[in-house]
Amino acid sequence: MKILVCISHVPDTTSKINFTDGDTKFDTNGVQFVINPYDEFALTRAMWFKEKQGATVTVVNVGNSTTEPTLRKALAIGADDAIRVNAEATDGFFVAKQLAEVVKNGGYDLVLAGKESIDYNGGMVPAMLASILEFNFVNACVGLEIDGTTATISREIDGGKEILSANLPLVIGGQKGLVEEKDLRIPNMRGIMMARKKPLNVVEAIDFNVTTSSSSFEKPAPKGACKMVDADNIDELISLLHNEAKVI
Amino acid sequence: MSVLVYAESSEGKFKKVAFEATSYGKKVAEQLGTNLVVLTINADETSELSTYGAEKILSVKNDALKSLNAKVVADVIKQASEKEGASVVIIDSSADGLTVAPMVAVSLNAGFASNVVALPSSASPFVVKRKAFSNKAFNNTEINTTIKVVGLAKNSYGLHENQVSGSSEDFSPSIIESGITSTSIDKTAGAVTIADADIVVSAGRGLKGPENWEMIEELAEVLGAATACSKPVSDMDWRPHSEHVGQTGKPVSANLYIAIGISGAIQHLAGVNSSKVKVVINTDAEAPFFKAADYGIVGDAFEVVPTLIEKLKSFKANNA
Repeated sequence: MKILVCISHVPDTTSKINFTDGDTKFDTNGVQFVINPYDEFALTRAMWFKEKQGATVTVVNVGNSTTEPTLRKALAIGADDAIRVNAEATDGFFVAKQLAEVVKNGGYDLVLAGKESIDYNGGMVPAMLASILEFNFVNACVGLEIDGTTATISREIDGGKEILSANLPLVIGGQKGLVEEKDLRIPNMRGIMMARKKPLNVVEAIDFNVTTSSSSFEKPAPKGACKMVDADNIDELISLLHNEAKVI
Repeated sequence: MSVLVYAESSEGKFKKVAFEATSYGKKVAEQLGTNLVVLTINADETSELSTYGAEKILSVKNDALKSLNAKVVADVIKQASEKEGASVVIIDSSADGLTVAPMVAVSLNAGFASNVVALPSSASPFVVKRKAFSNKAFNNTEINTTIKVVGLAKNSYGLHENQVSGSSEDFSPSIIESGITSTSIDKTAGAVTIADADIVVSAGRGLKGPENWEMIEELAEVLGAATACSKPVSDMDWRPHSEHVGQTGKPVSANLYIAIGISGAIQHLAGVNSSKVKVVINTDAEAPFFKAADYGIVGDAFEVVPTLIEKLKSFKANNA
């Protein structure tokens, strides 16, 4: 089984979010970039298939050369090789088109991705990729087993869980549950050394007109101070929620 | 030309997001000087949509669509868009909506903006404001394609009544093969889900143990709210994983979010910050959550919550 894991290169959750150039660009100054947390669950599940079922695991990112350390980290965790599609990832549809090309050229059976990235939160790339490829697709996946060419998948639905079965090839939008958080892997020294020698292939992007463009960023309006209510005066809280906030 | 809204229903009944998307779609249609068409699948009372401005309703009734498969539904939306010559397609952000919308965009070769929180700031170019960086910022996105797909964030626009006389038309699209078989569905019967809830009551480690959740459940019941919990609580198996809200858990975008004994780690806040009103109850006055909250009480949950339940019960009785 050939697995492709899509890796987004995103600011660490605790990063301060600021913008430059008249609020048109994200300010990367002092920002630490990491593997998108949702993608980490996908990558760890892929490692399980590698170790237990002999799968090969390729990681891919669409981005400029600054994303390579993130791909190296994925290699250090245990992926066999990496591909970087050399283009700015500005539009979800554009990224999905590039990834589809990688999947077609590489003949992958299973594509694992996080269900969204924590920077633009578009949540669109996995579903778009599946649509372009005409592969089966399951989103918000919290469990995945593969037996031959058949996958048993559990996914989160509003208010519960659903168990599905589908044939490969398949695209998965994953999240916590695909593996547990305690099972996520941190690269060890040996992994980091080995990652330096693993192939990281850079391929050029195919032509595709972007369908959306970012015109500017805004920060939320500063929030008013928290109104403190005395613990002995619950009536006041109820009155505030009813008369002022109008939520009860 | 038209604006097409997909109004989602479950077991024949519209979800609240269906009315929100219809309210939003009506305004977008006015902005563009065109008409609104609303697509429904296996919904019973399609006339309910006309309260929110739906003049034309396309009603699909087909048993093959009883269990919703994203690929099949996306194809039905595509067929409806083509039939109506839709220039804007609006889909909500429920679990199904989030899966369906990008597929619709691909099949219509349309640009797609998700998590949109406001009406287009300009119709030409078509610019919408969307959430980004886990609620820490907004991005104004221009959609450049002829057809545009908009994913509307939950509770971002609200319900706006706009009674019109609507007409419903039967629509019989062709149904494609899904390729995926659903073998079982496990849903908690009766309970309010975090995704649908207007009010969410959430509790953290401050509750000291799973045996103390009875009062949280009671508070939720009084408010008609869903129950949720912080990550450590689900990690320790005090509560099921499905209740975990925050960055790696479920997002919450409720009208009222009540956090009890939750300190407010940045990962938690990232997942709940888009709730409109946040109330924090915590013994520690220095808990970071107070900085993100609208109303706060420094106090012991074991004293505050039972009092809150009693007071709310009498409030509800007097305001029923």
